[in-house]
Amino acid sequence: MDKLSRHSSTALAELTELDKRIINLLQRGLPIAERPFLEIAQQLDCSEDEVLERLNQLMANKVLTRFGPMFDAVCLGGAFTLAALAVPEERFEEVTEQVNSFAEVAHNYRRSHDFNMWFVVGAESEAEVNQVISDIEQKTSLAVLNTPKLEEFYVQLYLPA
Amino acid sequence: MSNYTSQPNTALSPLERQYVLLTQSGLPIVAEPYHHIAEQLNISVAEVLAMTTDLQERGIIRRVAAVPNHYKLGYRYNGMTVWDVQDEYVREFGHAVGRLPFVSHCYLRPRHLPRWNYNLFAMVHGKTAQQVQQYRTQIKDLLENVLQLRNDDADQADKFQTNDMLTSTEILKKTGLRLKR
Repeated sequence: MDKLSRHSSTALAELTELDKRIINLLQRGLPIAERPFLEIAQQLDCSEDEVLERLNQLMANKVLTRFGPMFDAVCLGGAFTLAALAVPEERFEEVTEQVNSFAEVAHNYRRSHDFNMWFVVGAESEAEVNQVISDIEQKTSLAVLNTPKLEEFYVQLYLPA
Repeated sequence: MSNYTSQPNTALSPLERQYVLLTQSGLPIVAEPYHHIAEQLNISVAEVLAMTTDLQERGIIRRVAAVPNHYKLGYRYNGMTVWDVQDEYVREFGHAVGRLPFVSHCYLRPRHLPRWNYNLFAMVHGKTAQQVQQYRTQIKDLLENVLQLRNDDADQADKFQTNDMLTSTEILKKTGLRLKR
């Protein structure tokens, strides 16, 4: 991934009505069946081949980034946290490289705030997560703001196309 | 793993672990997407489907679905709204914020005073900056009476806000969370 890719430069996808219906339906989930796209095709009143053709196209164009089982990461036995750094502007690129160099850092976003770098750390155990946080502090010489989830009130991303 | 003792339901059998390793980067988009998994695991497609259903019932799989790229769909704007909510109200109001249709994630997280006074995080997504601002205003209306005011000390009058919104301006890294072995 181009680490400096900016949101604003991402081209808006040109989608047909069928594309939009496929995206909306598949975000919500597929039936667990031997031929799930056949059932989707019936709901959309088109052919299974058409659904597969459009889906492969949407993946190739990166309108869809993933298709498959969505695992609850915590249920897989992992531990996670959301953490932040207040990075001096002149060190931003250097610290980005330092933080991203950890395989346990899954997502990292620049955000508009004094705490301008927000990242998710995922590892096998809480102890490992805490070790990564302290390694990041050592590597960057900056204090990490560690905000692990204490309680989840809602998680369900649905973006109608 | 220690949490298996309290939630034995989430412990993976060796075969289930293989299933996760095989499917966590996605399924092929073909007429029979589970066929390849069945071959790899040396079990029938029916058994793969039963395993998938079982994993979903146990909450290990949230759903089998497609994930869109926000930006390609025109959702260029997002806001991580953060709120300093009085502790005794944060659960009740956290659920209420989570029920708003435009909120995708809503969490209770720890404060780190004095650097960070916000305990409720709610993520919103929109197609325009104005839309995201409106969402923030709607959350603010909902939380109005339960926000923590910390400005009674004159010295700190301009130190704490009751809420803020952090917008992402750049993706620095994005990889999936993966089971390694």
